[in-house]
Amino acid sequence: MAIARVTFREERCKGCRLCAVFCPRGIIATAGHINAMGFHPATLADPEKCTGCATCARMCPDLVIEVEKEVAEVGQSFDERK
Amino acid sequence: MARVLMKGNEAIGEGAVRAGCRYFFGYPITPQSELPHYLAKRLPEVGGVYLQAESEVATINMVYGAAGAGARVMTSSSGPGISLMQEGISYVVGAELPCVIVNMMRGGPGLGNIAPAQSDYFQATRGGGHGDYRMIVLAPASVQEIIDLMKDAFDLADRYRNPVMLAGDGVLGQMMEPVELGAENEVSIPPRPWAATGRMGGEKHLINSLYIVPEELEKHNIRLNAKFTVMAKEEQRWEDYHAGDARLVLVAFGTVARVCKAVVDRCRQEGLAVGLIRPITLWPFPVRAFAPLVETAEQFLTVEMSMGQMVEDVRLATRERRPVHFYGRCGGMLPVAADIYTQVRKIMAGGRE
Amino acid sequence: MMRKVFSRPRTLKDMPTHYCPGCTHGIVHRLVAEAIDELGVFERTIGVAPVGCSVFAYNYFDCDMYEASHGRAPAVATGIKRVLPDRVVFTYQGDGDLAAIGTGEIVHAAARGEKITVIFINNAIYAMTGGQMAPTTLIGQKTTTTPYGRDRELNGSPVKVCEMLSVLDGSAYVARVSVHNPAAVTKAKKAIKKAFQVQMAGHGFTLVEVLSACPTNWGLAPAEALQWLADNMIPYYPLGEYKVPEEV
Repeated sequence: MAIARVTFREERCKGCRLCAVFCPRGIIATAGHINAMGFHPATLADPEKCTGCATCARMCPDLVIEVEKEVAEVGQSFDERK
Repeated sequence: MARVLMKGNEAIGEGAVRAGCRYFFGYPITPQSELPHYLAKRLPEVGGVYLQAESEVATINMVYGAAGAGARVMTSSSGPGISLMQEGISYVVGAELPCVIVNMMRGGPGLGNIAPAQSDYFQATRGGGHGDYRMIVLAPASVQEIIDLMKDAFDLADRYRNPVMLAGDGVLGQMMEPVELGAENEVSIPPRPWAATGRMGGEKHLINSLYIVPEELEKHNIRLNAKFTVMAKEEQRWEDYHAGDARLVLVAFGTVARVCKAVVDRCRQEGLAVGLIRPITLWPFPVRAFAPLVETAEQFLTVEMSMGQMVEDVRLATRERRPVHFYGRCGGMLPVAADIYTQVRKIMAGGRE
Repeated sequence: MMRKVFSRPRTLKDMPTHYCPGCTHGIVHRLVAEAIDELGVFERTIGVAPVGCSVFAYNYFDCDMYEASHGRAPAVATGIKRVLPDRVVFTYQGDGDLAAIGTGEIVHAAARGEKITVIFINNAIYAMTGGQMAPTTLIGQKTTTTPYGRDRELNGSPVKVCEMLSVLDGSAYVARVSVHNPAAVTKAKKAIKKAFQVQMAGHGFTLVEVLSACPTNWGLAPAEALQWLADNMIPYYPLGEYKVPEEV
């Protein structure tokens, strides 16, 4: 299962693609549709490969991206992660 | 109550401190430099701040910041420096901030000279800065009046959330007269719920004059104008010196009014019905003083240290129903009583245009 | 369980900005907001917005804000800080605001050691007014008022703000950073946070010059603009800390 969850607030995206350019895994793509501002928003092409590094979020000028990462609870083994 | 001999420029400072002013930002310029010197010593005594700025441009923007932060703040300068402050004054009005600006007028235009003048009247009363705005302008004629008007200046600035100007000249700034200072009372500054002092758990406050949407800016201007309308109605001040039964009424402010009073006295001694209206507010111009006089007086003579600025307001106030003459000196020359008297005699004999 | 590792800082209001796609104002706004959040000073922070593309910064930062006239933010900040010395005061200024019309105000705020933090956005161009030459425009750079490229004979050479201001005794922390890639953004955030900390410790004037991109007026796509910044601006405007207080 994915160790990170990334959400893109599409209506705020201006299609600048800085997230895509700097994603170390190259897993951010440009959507085919346009948002209300007329831009093609960024979207995660391969969510399974996301490590939650948040580089995309840090390069985004518009706070489009929120990143959540899997953290183990205290006392939990690796396989017990929910 | 004891009387103290004070210099005009210093009285401005002492009057400000007694009115609760604790912040002064300014740049030296003749003929008002004694005021910053005085406040540099006096403000630290009362826990205030005197800061010499790098220019009058910086000065007015420091005043803007301090006023937005809720302080009773003032600055002073002379013509060339007040010219530099015009953009900032416009911002202060647009952001609805209170402050007091003192102009000790000197000869112009340009570098002019450091001798007294009254030729910043247009600049003071017709905006000076850009945009639709007005500003109360107080014109003292004695050192005692300076002390009294400084308190009013800060109160009026707070009441209307608008800058107030005190317009003097080099003579007034340098003269020494006995003044009654009165008791140094604890001044309670009216609260400023709009000040931007950091949210401190409250709502966000913004100090701003930009309204990018035209509909919003129009609404803002209408609101500001409503304030100016109230000021125009409520804040007219003047002194009437034997004008009620005068056939010829002199109109003069500040130092020139003092000279004109001597002329009135001499004329009255000789049986000539001459009087004086001394505007104490240059804006709003005391139009109410002139309403009865257009019925009772035959002529008006405006005397100014300029090429003729206030005379236009006298013509407006009298609706030119009576001849309005002008006599002035400029460049730092003072109109002297003898010369004004000569003009009065000429006019009353029908010798002027 | 999933935990948020990146989200909007509280100091930045949740609203869309008017900035162009790829404009680095958005990144720098966020770094400033993060610094304020992390230092826990949101309630007592006051910002001063400039005239330029970031004129509406007074809407985007959710702390108390002032709008200043062009170039005069350091003077406005001085007025605020002298009245409220315990508040955290910052200005946010562009290259026209700070390095052209505002040179008097920035030099003297630094000379006086005003305990404020200036965020100086250097994108080598006047963006809001339509792409004219800035004091920081590079030699040979084409703008709407240097259509043949900035000429040294005609227009002089670009102004190095950090170098100039670091000479003054009143300057306590002066640094130049960039936001052209993630590593640079991380370093930029560190410098901005340090500047606020130096202000709060009362050491004096603090300024962080942030080399920034203007894709629209440079005529480049956002990622290309960041590359242009790295290739052209950094050699002329070296990154680094130009002044650091003895005790930090």
